[in-house]
Amino acid sequence: MKKRVLVACGTGIATSTIVNEAIETMCKEHRIDAEVLQIKVSDIPAYKDSAHLLVTTTIVKERYPFPVINARSFLTGVGVEDTKQEILEELQK
Amino acid sequence: MSTLYMDESLILQDIQVDTKEEVLQLMASTMQEQGVVKESYIQAVIDREHHYATGLPTQGLSVAIPHTDKEHVNRKSLSVGVLTEPVDFVIMGEDEQSTPVKLVFMLAMDESHAQLSLLQKLMGVFQDKELLAYLASERDKTKIIAALRDVLD
Repeated sequence: MKKRVLVACGTGIATSTIVNEAIETMCKEHRIDAEVLQIKVSDIPAYKDSAHLLVTTTIVKERYPFPVINARSFLTGVGVEDTKQEILEELQK
Repeated sequence: MSTLYMDESLILQDIQVDTKEEVLQLMASTMQEQGVVKESYIQAVIDREHHYATGLPTQGLSVAIPHTDKEHVNRKSLSVGVLTEPVDFVIMGEDEQSTPVKLVFMLAMDESHAQLSLLQKLMGVFQDKELLAYLASERDKTKIIAALRDVLD
C-alpha cells in the first residue's frame, strides 16, 4: 500500500520545504512508493484518517492515529542520521 | 526565482535585549522601515514564534529563524541580528525547552514551495559552526553580506 506522509510546519512554506525534499530523496533512494504532502500544522486534522506518518518541525499536542517524528535534525544536521533511520523504519513497515 | 534581498541596513549588531520578543520587535520593525515587510509582519512574526518556536541548537552557537506567512511580506529578504548576550528562544518542536540564541536569521518569504535551494543553503550555514562564529564576530557588515552571498547565491 502506498504510504501517505505528512510533512508539516507552522507556515507550510519554510522548514517543511527542507524536510519534504529530504524525505522525497530518501524514498527515491530506497525505492519506497510514498505520497509526501507538505502542509501547515493547522491542516493536519484533515488527513487524520488517511495519513500513515507525520514528520514535523513543530510541536504537535493533538493525538493522531499515526506516528509523529520530529524533524528538527534536518535543519541543524545534529542527529539527522537517526531521524532518517526512524522515518525509514516507519515507511518500510 | 527572485533573489534574496540583503542589505547592510538589515544586519543588526550589538543588540542588547532581555527577551526574544524585544529582538523580534526590533528586527521586524527595521525590516518594515526598509519596506521589505508590511507593518502587520511585526506582530505576526512575534505571534508565530509563540506558537511555533524557531530556536535551533546547532553544533556551534544557537540560532533562531523567525518567519511568518507570505501575506505580510513585500520582498523576499533576510535580516541578521547579532545579540551581545544570547536570549532564550524555545527550541523548534519543543514545548518549553529553550536554547540561548546568539544569531537571529529573520526570514521574509514571498512564495510557497519555491525557495527550496535557498532554505537548504541557509540550513547549510547552520551546519557550519565556523561560519556561524564568523557571522557573530565580524564587525564589517559588507563582509557579513559577502560571506552570506557566497553561500546563499
